Amino acid sequence: MISYRFFSQFGQYLFLLKKCFVNPDKPSIYWREVMRQMVEIGVGSLTIVVIFSVFLGAVLTVQTAYQFTTPLLSKSIIGSIVTNTSIIEMAPSVTCLILAGKIGSSIASELGTMRISEQIDALEMMGVNSAAYLVLPKILAGTIMVPLLAIVAGFLQIYMGMLVGKWSGVLTQEEFMQGSIQYFIPFTVTFGIIKATTFGFIMSSVPAYLGYYTTGGSLEVGKSATRAVAASCIFILIFDYILAEILI
Amino acid sequence: MIEIKDLKKSFGEKEVLRGVSGVFERGKTSLVIGSSGSGKTVLMKCMVGLIQPTEGHVIYNRNIDFVAIEEKERKEIRKEIGMLFQGSALFDSMTVEQNIMFPLNMFTNMTHKEKLTQVNSCLDRVNLKGSNKLVPSELSGGMKKRVGIARAIVLNPKYLFCDEPNSGLDPQTSILIDELIYEITQEFNITTIVNTHDMNSVIGVGDYIMFLHKGEKNWEGNRKNVLLEGSKELNDFIFASKFLQEIKTKMVI
Ligand SMILES: Nc1ncnc2c1ncn2[C@@H]1O[C@H](COP(=O)(O)OP(=O)(O)OP(=O)(O)O)[C@@H](O)[C@H]1O
Ligand SMILES: [Mg+2]
Repeated sequence: MISYRFFSQFGQYLFLLKKCFVNPDKPSIYWREVMRQMVEIGVGSLTIVVIFSVFLGAVLTVQTAYQFTTPLLSKSIIGSIVTNTSIIEMAPSVTCLILAGKIGSSIASELGTMRISEQIDALEMMGVNSAAYLVLPKILAGTIMVPLLAIVAGFLQIYMGMLVGKWSGVLTQEEFMQGSIQYFIPFTVTFGIIKATTFGFIMSSVPAYLGYYTTGGSLEVGKSATRAVAASCIFILIFDYILAEILI
Repeated sequence: MIEIKDLKKSFGEKEVLRGVSGVFERGKTSLVIGSSGSGKTVLMKCMVGLIQPTEGHVIYNRNIDFVAIEEKERKEIRKEIGMLFQGSALFDSMTVEQNIMFPLNMFTNMTHKEKLTQVNSCLDRVNLKGSNKLVPSELSGGMKKRVGIARAIVLNPKYLFCDEPNSGLDPQTSILIDELIYEITQEFNITTIVNTHDMNSVIGVGDYIMFLHKGEKNWEGNRKNVLLEGSKELNDFIFASKFLQEIKTKMVI
């Protein structure tokens, strides 16, 4: 029964994605909408990404240093660990879990409100493809902006990690940099960007689907938003594992 | 002209429309009246294709069966339909001006100046001159309805659907809105269908009146005979208040 429901919902989700690409009426208008969403998602989420990354970077260094009290290892290993954890997991995945909360709930509640107040019906009545006009720009913006946010997060986390190492006297800036560079694997950057792009797609399309098909009243809009965040986080975690298995 | 033939709609077990037929003519304001839950909104949404009817036909312009045609062809007809929703359905993220301009942006190649002229003339038509920059949350219920009407008529539609244009409005404002719809219908010679349970509208603007009762057409006529003729159910509906019942008794005597 549960699996039946899952598959019928999955089918509906694919149907919505397909509908996004059926003859959009006027490309210029859609493009404007994509830009608007990119600003909303990108600039709108910058503050939370900055705050989160600054503290996470600091914590990473302090806690890594705490685990490596042995004098046998060079201190620069701390720099290496902070850098690699950040690039592989903290910047793309953990940042995306935070972003899913913000972006996912806002997409689901916006579309849910438009659905129950008949704004989506109004679009359809005008002969506008509501999926192409409302859903597609959000998915495009999410898929483009989330990896950029993840890159910002990565830089900030590593930089803060380095600063905090210096301030607390754990290791010097040079030692940190040396460690970062010595054990740097270029593929981790590609891997991180692939992850963030996938998660960006998930955290915009899943909430868009749940919001778009909201039925009922304002209570259900709230429920859709909550479900959207929960579902996005679960799918992000699942794909985090799948991508790790496939790509490493 | 729009003709509906034996329109049926069920949600699961629940039969909401049980075979409704009727003709809505061009240049006339047609009303669909009935108590809350009688199926007016469902009927209207079936007619514009937002709900797929279980059975029956909706015929536009004597030969196009809206139920049977492809989504693509429906889209073409929908560009000739203006619709005012029960809750106005204005786009929250846009100003009044952007709301009304939206269909023009989507479907015309007019310059910004031409669009603005058209928007302003529609705003003027609904007596909202100068409210261009307000956003929906700053509008009263009656203003929202009027912006909804302006948006519905901006592309010069051939068909105008209004779902309860005057619910939640005071009697004076609601008469103004009725008159506005009536005038627009005559001015542009369009087919207008209005859902309502407002007695002032019934007596004021009903060129054609269809009374829905429990999903069936119980009576049809116009504003001249609606008060005196009619079925028992219609009388119960219209003369719901004791006061009106007494007046009617006196009228008949
Ligand atoms: N999507 C739906 N699913 C199930 N039942 C529905 C649905 N839409 C409407 N109904 C039912 O259809 C009946 C008619 O509803 P409708 O909205 O057409 O009434 P109405 O005449 O417009 O009433 P009102 O004057 O209050 O707007 C109601 O009993 C309602 O519960
Ligand atoms: Mg209704």
